[in-house]
Amino acid sequence: MTIFRHELRLGRTAFAVWTAAVASLLAVCVFLYPEMKSQMGAASRLFASMGRFTAAFGMDRLDFGTLIGFYAVECGSILGLGGAFFASLLGVSALAKEERGHTAEFLLTHPLSRARVVTAKLAAVLAQITAMNLILLGMALAAVRLIGEEFPWRELLLLHGAYYLLQLELAGICFGISAFLRRGGAGFGMGLAAVMYFLDLVANVTDKARFLKYITPFGYCDGADIIAAGRLDPALLIPGMLCAFGAVAAAYWQYETKDIQ
Amino acid sequence: MDAIRTDDLTKYYGGTRGIEHISLTVGQGDFFGFIGPNGAGKSTFIRTLLGLIRPSSGQARIFGLNVGRDRVKILERVGYLPAEASFWPGMRVRDVLRLSAGLRRRDCQPEADRLCERLRLDPSRKVETLSLGNRKKAAIVCALQHEPELLILDEPTSGLDPLMQREFFDILRERSAQGATIFLSSHILSEVQRNCAHAAIIRDGSIIACGSVESLSRADARRVSVRGHVELDGLAGIRDLRRTPDGVDFLYGGDMRELLSALAKGDVRDLTVSEPELEEVFLHYYEEGGVRHDDL
Repeated sequence: MTIFRHELRLGRTAFAVWTAAVASLLAVCVFLYPEMKSQMGAASRLFASMGRFTAAFGMDRLDFGTLIGFYAVECGSILGLGGAFFASLLGVSALAKEERGHTAEFLLTHPLSRARVVTAKLAAVLAQITAMNLILLGMALAAVRLIGEEFPWRELLLLHGAYYLLQLELAGICFGISAFLRRGGAGFGMGLAAVMYFLDLVANVTDKARFLKYITPFGYCDGADIIAAGRLDPALLIPGMLCAFGAVAAAYWQYETKDIQ
Repeated sequence: MDAIRTDDLTKYYGGTRGIEHISLTVGQGDFFGFIGPNGAGKSTFIRTLLGLIRPSSGQARIFGLNVGRDRVKILERVGYLPAEASFWPGMRVRDVLRLSAGLRRRDCQPEADRLCERLRLDPSRKVETLSLGNRKKAAIVCALQHEPELLILDEPTSGLDPLMQREFFDILRERSAQGATIFLSSHILSEVQRNCAHAAIIRDGSIIACGSVESLSRADARRVSVRGHVELDGLAGIRDLRRTPDGVDFLYGGDMRELLSALAKGDVRDLTVSEPELEEVFLHYYEEGGVRHDDL
């Protein structure tokens, strides 16, 4: 518990900043919905004339006139990108930051097994991602209530759940990579999240690139697919989760055998 | 039981030598000096003992426990002071000390307070505002506050002012008197000579001499000071030769009969042959390649 608490304490500023930023953007986005709804005719014509750009964001398959259609596209992008960047940064720095800051020597000369260090750090990453998502869900609920709309529980929970799993997958993969790094991998973490996001955009634009949905975790977060099916696609979700579990297992193996410089 | 015992301990970083075939024994309660210049392999040896790096071959035991398999049990009984202490920015000294105690599941507050007072360390200071010396003091308190049976100290006095160095060695001597084993790595020979009972000299990753500090100081080389004139050309074993206004001064490690013969042929008004300082012995070992003195 000591390392777990220590990790939460070290990460509290970054957590507060990222959570506040994503939550406030999410709220602003929801507050825009009533005005968007009243101008829906013009907006629909505008989006229809945007061709593949519309498809890239799934706007060709969602009804922008409904709260959930609007939420899936606009708030989904904020949740997806903001959450993905935060989760990737958390994961990729979890282990590597100790060697970069030369604090690994301090930590690992105390009577702790390396597996225990990895477990505590992983738990801290999961706790921060979970806390962030609960706050974001609470913020979404409050914002929807404030604009006087009915809360489409099932769809919203599915969307939020999908983004939560996306963040866990990216954090798991980045956590695995972190065990192999000796210096900070912030650039790598941000880059991975951005690449995954753009792979999903490409997969939405052309059927030839549809297979990319199996690579990027944004594939199972597509709002149009989730709302239409009423569930997450396990064919897209399971490979991603297996990747995350594999990366975490690699982190345990690597950190156990690693020379600390 | 030995506090530290290594057998043929070797570590390579890829193709680069770290340490080679180090077999060393440090008895319980010993005050042991580990001497060598930067890059000789001192820190690699220490990091291997602490389980931070894995040996390429050979084995190391602390209190009879294997440093790889029993790392956690060993570290419960060890206090480690790194050459360069690093902490997490934003923490105060007291947070670092509590964290260290918490990681050991111990309440070390009374001893931490005593040590902070003796070392004049303000526990309310933020670690990023600490000078090199104060950061070192914080690391010293972390290493000592749980009153370990074995202290492993890597260049412990770097950054400490002379007064603090004296206080620090006073504390170490007290711990030594209470039965703690102290393993002190240093390139400052005088502090090893003043404080340690035994020492080992490491060069290029290998131990080149090991024994009591007293016996190491009595190495083959002698400091020879001559007043007058003497012809030294052709005499093998002379190092560190210095001309003085009225004679010559040198470290001699050659055949004593040849030296006496050369002196007899010269015009010698005064002659002093003395045991060299450990520093001179150290240089001697480094130039000559050294001899192992396990039985000394």
